[in-house]
Amino acid sequence: MFKMFRKAVLGVAAAGCLLYAGAVQAKTELTMYYPVAVGGPLTKIVDGMVVDFMKENPDIKVNAIYAGNYNDARIKALAALKSGKPAQLSVMFSIDIYDLIEQDAIVAFDDIVETAEEKAWLQSFYPSLMENGRTMGKTWGVPFQRSTIVMYYNKDAFKSAGLDPNKPPQNWEELASAAKKLTQPDGSRWGIMIPSTGYPYWMFGALAMQNGQVLMNSDGNETFFDHPKVVGALQFWKDLGSKHKVMPAGAIEWGTLRKNFLEGRTAMMWHSTGNLTAVKKNANFDFGVAMLPASAQRGTPTGGGNFYIFKKTTPAERKASMKLIRFMTSPERAAEWSKKTGYIGISPDAYNTPTLQEYVKTFPPAAVARDQLQFATAELSTFQTGRVRKLLDDAIQSALTGAKEPAEALADAQAQAKTLLMDYK
Amino acid sequence: MRPDSVRANTLHHVYGWLLLMPAAILLIAFTHYPTVATLINSLFSKGNIVRPSRFIGLGNYEAMLDDPIFWKAFGNNIWFAAGTIPTSMILAIAMALLVNRALPGRGFLRMAYFTPTILPMIAVANIWLFFYTPEIGLIDQILETVGLQGKNWLGDPDTVLGALIVMTIWKEAGFFMIFYLAALQNISPELNDAARLEGASRWTYFRRVLFPLLMPTTLFVAINALLNSFKLVDHLFILTKGGPDNASNLLLYYIFESAFSFLDATYAATLTMVLLALLAILAIGQFVILDKRIHYR
Repeated sequence: MFKMFRKAVLGVAAAGCLLYAGAVQAKTELTMYYPVAVGGPLTKIVDGMVVDFMKENPDIKVNAIYAGNYNDARIKALAALKSGKPAQLSVMFSIDIYDLIEQDAIVAFDDIVETAEEKAWLQSFYPSLMENGRTMGKTWGVPFQRSTIVMYYNKDAFKSAGLDPNKPPQNWEELASAAKKLTQPDGSRWGIMIPSTGYPYWMFGALAMQNGQVLMNSDGNETFFDHPKVVGALQFWKDLGSKHKVMPAGAIEWGTLRKNFLEGRTAMMWHSTGNLTAVKKNANFDFGVAMLPASAQRGTPTGGGNFYIFKKTTPAERKASMKLIRFMTSPERAAEWSKKTGYIGISPDAYNTPTLQEYVKTFPPAAVARDQLQFATAELSTFQTGRVRKLLDDAIQSALTGAKEPAEALADAQAQAKTLLMDYK
Repeated sequence: MRPDSVRANTLHHVYGWLLLMPAAILLIAFTHYPTVATLINSLFSKGNIVRPSRFIGLGNYEAMLDDPIFWKAFGNNIWFAAGTIPTSMILAIAMALLVNRALPGRGFLRMAYFTPTILPMIAVANIWLFFYTPEIGLIDQILETVGLQGKNWLGDPDTVLGALIVMTIWKEAGFFMIFYLAALQNISPELNDAARLEGASRWTYFRRVLFPLLMPTTLFVAINALLNSFKLVDHLFILTKGGPDNASNLLLYYIFESAFSFLDATYAATLTMVLLALLAILAIGQFVILDKRIHYR
């Protein structure tokens, strides 16, 4: 009797195992890392989107893993790759593209899209957001959490300095003269602050483009750090502090800048659109958001994270990954994401959704980043990108702190970058 | 030998090795193997798709000697060590002597001195970031109320390293104080009484009696302080990221940058070997030199 009972239990267990295995096999499982670079409950939003996706696609299971900041996300994804238990897709820094290509880690979207509809989808994003995802004739990254630099300004300070609060400076001369009027001689308020720690190369990309020159080519193997227009851009940045005296001399901390602005210690600041929601919540004065001013033209680099699909994937996994990415970048999702975070709606269609149309109407600053996209360019990204970026960061900081002249600092950086990139021509 | 005793002997050996095994496995897996692997790694070039990693002998070390950032970080580290170690030790002794006496609120004072130690470095850096921040920072606001011009402490290459040194001393002194306090409690009060009877001044008592008796603690603290001055880099992630223009870059932070920002594991291995050798030499040197001057009871 007992034996029979035991047999029965074993049989049921075995059958259960088989059933379970069958269920698992039918389901495609995806692991996705994603970073969060700005404050706020972003992990909840991503996780919510993933849950919605799995409801619509019961045959796909997604493990969305929050992986820290952009640096951590890249380290984790590459480590997972080497350990033999890789992720199938990830959101990573848009400028990681060359490192990922060099490590042979990712596959181009051109090699995955099949139908005409999918090909059209790949063309549906703002072109300037695609610049960091395209190189060597292929598309490797699809935009997800993307930002640009905008200028936040204190309208109350503008009024008290006798400036029109609805006319933020449009070009460099106006910027310098407005900042002069806004700067208090006793040091209680500066005219403008442009952060020069953390991501100096990013801010500098804006100044250089405004002066009419990008920082690198689209193959990621040549930089233009010593171009006269680039030198001119650094000279202007330095002059704001040393000649016009409207910005504190020395390096300005990225992390505390927002607080400086909120406390009224600077009338204008350049910062990521990712700060919009936080500034909106905490400012106890009337503030405006403007496009960055122009020299020869307007300009800003884009920033943020792209979707990548890894090479070590089965066709089924690639298909499922595509499904997930298309879901997350669909106009409705992108609109919702943009509204909740301050990141840019990544396609024109996203701004045509009722969600964003409504939001832009009630809160016009949300449209500034979008309107500025037509003047945007890629964020600095090359082969050996970490080293090249540091060369430029160091050059900028040495010029701003007065250790070197802008021309000399940039010439040194260019010479070293050239050596680093020699092998990639 | 009788077979019996041979067997007993073998058993003894096996027994001994079994006792050693847990520690040995941990040491080999997490200390010796990584060290050797790092050394081997540092002799290879950084590979990529086009050119796989290959043996280049001391090539990475030559590149390192030509690397201005390495020398800058190295020099910074020496200054950082020179700035933090003596001051924090002197402060630690002074604080320990102070709270070793019977005085009102002694427990509170001890706790106050020790508090910075229990805070994680990242938290400390976040606090001090808002001390040093120009305009809105605590230091600048205090300066402002007394009519002095503030300063961009972390944004100026001339002050950034000093600012980090002050913060580190604040963090470390309390920790070292605990060791000195423990040592002081072990020193018999009769020595003090005897010195008083002989008419020795307080300073003489400290210099001739107390300090020599504290020497073993001083050696321990000195080695710890030295290791910490090369090991502590958490604050750089929050405060300066090594900037401006490498003015606050330290060796360990540069190793992290090489490995995880430049994805250049072999160069990071090279720098690691140098740091390892440097620390080993310094620690051995301290043992040899200071050992002669130490009075162990």
